[in-house]
Amino acid sequence: MAVDAGALETGPLVRRARLRLSGFFWQRPWLRAVGLLALPLAAFLVVYVGSLGVLFVSSLWTSSSLTSTIEHTWTLANYRTIFSRAGPYLHIAAFTLEMAAVVTLTCAVLAFPLAFFMARVASKRTRAVLFVMVLLPLWSSYLVRLYAWQTILAHNGAINWALNGLGLPGQNLAYTNAAMWIVYTYVWLPFMVLPVYAALERIPESYLEASADLGARGWRTFRSVILPLVLPGIVAGSIFTFALTLGDYITPALVGGTSSDMIGTVVYQNFATNLPFAAAFAVIPMAIMGAYLLIARRLGAFEAL
Amino acid sequence: MRRNRKRSSVTVLVVAAVTAALALAASGCGGGSSGGGGSSSESTTTAIGKAEGSLNVIEWPYYTDKSFAQPFEQKTGCIIHRKDAGTSQEMFALMHANGGGGGGQYDLVSASGDASLRLIDAGDVKPIDIGQIPSWKDFLPQFKSPAHNTVDGKHYGVSVQWGPNTLIYNTQKVKPAPTGWGDTYSSKYKGNLTAPNNPIQIADAALYLMETKPSLGIKDPYELTKAQLTAATQLLISQKPLLKRYWNYAADEITSFKNGDVWMGAGWPYQTLQLQGAKQPIKEIVPLPTTGWADTWMLAAKAPHPNCATKWMQYVTTPKVEAQQAIVFGETPVNPLACPYMDKIQKGSCAAYHLNEPESYYSKIKFWKTPVPQCGWNSSSDCMDYNAWVQAWAQVTG
Repeated sequence: MAVDAGALETGPLVRRARLRLSGFFWQRPWLRAVGLLALPLAAFLVVYVGSLGVLFVSSLWTSSSLTSTIEHTWTLANYRTIFSRAGPYLHIAAFTLEMAAVVTLTCAVLAFPLAFFMARVASKRTRAVLFVMVLLPLWSSYLVRLYAWQTILAHNGAINWALNGLGLPGQNLAYTNAAMWIVYTYVWLPFMVLPVYAALERIPESYLEASADLGARGWRTFRSVILPLVLPGIVAGSIFTFALTLGDYITPALVGGTSSDMIGTVVYQNFATNLPFAAAFAVIPMAIMGAYLLIARRLGAFEAL
Repeated sequence: MRRNRKRSSVTVLVVAAVTAALALAASGCGGGSSGGGGSSSESTTTAIGKAEGSLNVIEWPYYTDKSFAQPFEQKTGCIIHRKDAGTSQEMFALMHANGGGGGGQYDLVSASGDASLRLIDAGDVKPIDIGQIPSWKDFLPQFKSPAHNTVDGKHYGVSVQWGPNTLIYNTQKVKPAPTGWGDTYSSKYKGNLTAPNNPIQIADAALYLMETKPSLGIKDPYELTKAQLTAATQLLISQKPLLKRYWNYAADEITSFKNGDVWMGAGWPYQTLQLQGAKQPIKEIVPLPTTGWADTWMLAAKAPHPNCATKWMQYVTTPKVEAQQAIVFGETPVNPLACPYMDKIQKGSCAAYHLNEPESYYSKIKFWKTPVPQCGWNSSSDCMDYNAWVQAWAQVTG
């Protein structure tokens, strides 16, 4: 401190003022933190947490079916409708969860070899090319890609054309749950590749060498060394793929079949006329994600982000 | 705003116009009515105030198509700003947002019958003076004061166009040609049928049950008791395995027909025209009785440019414009005087769009209206409301 003060005496006026300011903040770390975080934190609290609060509160109201205005009486009716066994909503929620789980699993299985190659095998140049290829689809609109898939999966689309060319029978892929599974896996794959890549890249070469020195073969090394170290990355990626699938409604609308309603579909169908019910159903994926994040934290996913 | 310099007004009005350009909503309204000699649009006088220079509409795509909107803009100075909606749901949501009534931003909405009563009940639209629409007296009687836009004698807008829900089919795949809605419930074309993804579709099932199961006592396909709604829902659930998909947007249905995934299903003349225009082997029939839609230009409760809105409603219902819009979109005018103009644009189109049918024909088309608890046919309130229809529809598609 004493040395700093000496420097202050000799410097020009502006420089001195600047140093004094930085000294002021250096002495009061809490003020520095407040200054840096105030704006993003306020935005986070008001815009994000605030809206979630409003969402939850409005899910406990009802809406007049005639005027679509919200009636501010507290009730659990919306949740009763969702959880009623006779209604379609439990089934829709379960289907959504199932789809999210299957898509996440598929993404993980597909992403691992790709990420492994990129992180540990490929040359710098190849790696750059692969990175561009993984990220390229994200540069075009999600809708454009969905419509492209509509054409690819169609009865007379590219897939059936290729199958027929190989002498195989055409498949009825268009407008099925399988179509949704394929499209989701495609659109969310980059979100899985990147965290898995980051996790793989961080494994020191010496670990693998040590494993080999101890006599472990490829499979054993994979199971006992690589997989535990990559798991947080996979879980981190799964947070993206899971959450994105959970909230989507456009894919079921464009490539889904006759039983393709997801949570997002119901929210979309109700938000204009029955906002409280839509809010209540929107709370379900939030609860699911909350539970999922807790488990993910246990598995160390946030260290890989 | 900027192009509308012709108005013979003093600086005050110019200032008002500039303010309106900056602050969109209320000031534009004030600027307009101050020049209009004090006549409000809700009074019974037929004089319309000065045009405000702008008209903001929520519309079905092409409902203010440039081919007929441009002459209007030139004549009145009302420059149209469009917000296209893909579904009735989106339309209602747009009108209901930002405090409702069009949020002080929108003037008009081209609502279909499945949204119009909802808009009226929600207070998002307000009554107009039908005396200000000269063409109205020439309308087909069904569209002068239809239940879907006129409540207690108050007109919440003016009917503009309508069309039947049609049965579209691929002539190469569906042989012999379908004869009625029954074909969409038969398993002959299992896996290659389609239906609209819209709760109002329940009415189509109800209409079919009205004919085939009189014991249910359905009097009006839009006014269903709980038991009747359940029966219609059951019919739709049993139809589901026959379908390839439920289509959400008209363009989706067109794609499905084009790709060969779908061979037959309910749609509108619009899709048929588009598919035929793309040289697809597509035809349609209108099995009677059928459901149909009718669209209304409705005035937003907080319309910032009511005078331009009124001028548009006057213009768009004149015979020539009615004919132009009908041909552009593939629908039928509410004004039968449009007939000769239609034939002039496209020979035989007046008959093709059923504008010269006898009264008995129109009475077999049950036009969309929002389901409400009040049953018109037994003056009780035990009919299922729209929310119940939405939930029943989720039971079908979920």
